[in-house]
Amino acid sequence: MLDTAYRVEIPGGIHLEAQVVGPIPRIFAFSIDLVIRGIILTVLSIASIPLGADGMGGGFFLIILFAIEWLYPVMFELLARGQTPGKKLLGIAVVNDDLSPVTLGTSLVRNLLRTVDFLPLFYLTGLVSMLSNRRFQRLGDLAAGTLVISISKTAQAATVDDVSPLAPAIPLSRSEQTSIVDFLRRGAQLSQPRQQELASILEGTTHQKGEDGVERLRRHGAWYLGIR
Amino acid sequence: MKQHEFEALHQALWQQIDTALEKPAHVDNAELLAEHYLSLCQHLAVAKERMYDGALVERLNNRALGLYRELYRYRADTRLNLYAFFRRDFPLAIYRHRFYILVAFVVMILPGLVSGTWTYFDEDAIYSVLDGSEVRHMERIYDPESRKIGREREADTDIFMFGFYIKNNISVAFRCFAGGLLLGIGTLLVLFFNGMFMGSIAGHLTRLDFVDTFYPFVIGHGSFELTAIVFSGAAGLRLGYAIINPGQSSRLDSLRQAGREVVPMLYGIVLMLTIAAFLEAFWSSSSSLPIALKYSVGAILWSLVLWYSCSGRRHESR
Repeated sequence: MLDTAYRVEIPGGIHLEAQVVGPIPRIFAFSIDLVIRGIILTVLSIASIPLGADGMGGGFFLIILFAIEWLYPVMFELLARGQTPGKKLLGIAVVNDDLSPVTLGTSLVRNLLRTVDFLPLFYLTGLVSMLSNRRFQRLGDLAAGTLVISISKTAQAATVDDVSPLAPAIPLSRSEQTSIVDFLRRGAQLSQPRQQELASILEGTTHQKGEDGVERLRRHGAWYLGIR
Repeated sequence: MKQHEFEALHQALWQQIDTALEKPAHVDNAELLAEHYLSLCQHLAVAKERMYDGALVERLNNRALGLYRELYRYRADTRLNLYAFFRRDFPLAIYRHRFYILVAFVVMILPGLVSGTWTYFDEDAIYSVLDGSEVRHMERIYDPESRKIGREREADTDIFMFGFYIKNNISVAFRCFAGGLLLGIGTLLVLFFNGMFMGSIAGHLTRLDFVDTFYPFVIGHGSFELTAIVFSGAAGLRLGYAIINPGQSSRLDSLRQAGREVVPMLYGIVLMLTIAAFLEAFWSSSSSLPIALKYSVGAILWSLVLWYSCSGRRHESR
């Protein structure tokens, strides 16, 4: 099964779950970072011209070039909790494989090994590596023990105060109850026709069609939720 | 307890946590987060166990993930203890990599010696390694005749060269390390060719009798630079060998283990090459200092580097 969920047991005694991120958002994030790096480099190289291109200015420029090539991602991953500006825009972050934020060591390893992921050109090796394991890790990630997860904001739950609860006619199992509640809480993310389509699966039980079927399920959901 | 009641009971706390997570660095917020971390973990566990709906579990999960990422955040002031690094971690890492260092050293020095001997005895040999313009450039730099005795390069140019050495040498070392991921082959190639180039240049310049300009120049910074390149080769070979011979663990686990163990080597390599670039730009380049002084300082630096590199064994737990 294709599943991007990544589960890990944390010291709180529970399992945390995160969604690992595939190549496409990472390529976007990388491209944004590339533009930002280009801008930084241009600005600083213009600023270093008055210091003399063959002398001090040139020296600073080369050091900046080195820092931007190798240390830009390391610096941001450390100081901005695993997020370079590009990753921040895409709502993704680098973490250790126990979901804790990257440390200097892991960040350094994954970013130095970028050179190999780039080979033979345009990150082909990295792409192949990402597509051949379940956690979308490029070679640098594999060696450093890091992965990229999504940390985008979660949508607030829909308010359900307007739904009047109704006890269902027959008892349901726990997982069935959860599904009904899920339908109530997340229904707003679906289109009306899709909601009706889902509700029609239970037409044999609810004996309601179309919008009424949806409304009936929502009322049962509210009842299971504990609204009285 | 029904879900609705559960949510109503804890909603206020969750709201507080969400607000605190927006500005986690603030002292009050940090305290609040630390205090309620376990409660939140418990809420998540309860919500899962009672099969509350997916949306609630997801929100609790993401909230806990955010909190967890704050609590275990990287702290620059605690993680890299420079004193402990110099005193123990780096020498110990060197000691533990000793076999890889030996291999890297041999792979670099052998082609160096062979090509050096060849260019020393054969006038044209250098041209099969470097092209004509490079050879002429090098001969011009080290030709004792072309140098006005006592003329110093301007300070500006020294800074330029410092930047140049930082960018080039550290990049070479990083690539040498990264090449280890290609089963060590990339590392071996970088070491081999660097050894060959340096050997042939040394042989050629010795043949031209530019001894008094070439060797005093390279001896000082060479101590840090050559050692660091060998170390980066060793770190790369460590990765490569972890893939080739994973032992009892899976190849992936073995690689990750190696990735953790080479980290002190990487820190050390960066530091050593920065020192080397500094020496090369500001010390080695000075042509007004007497040759004897340069050789003496070079000998001291080499002794220091070698002594330090061999000092790790006592930190190994037995």
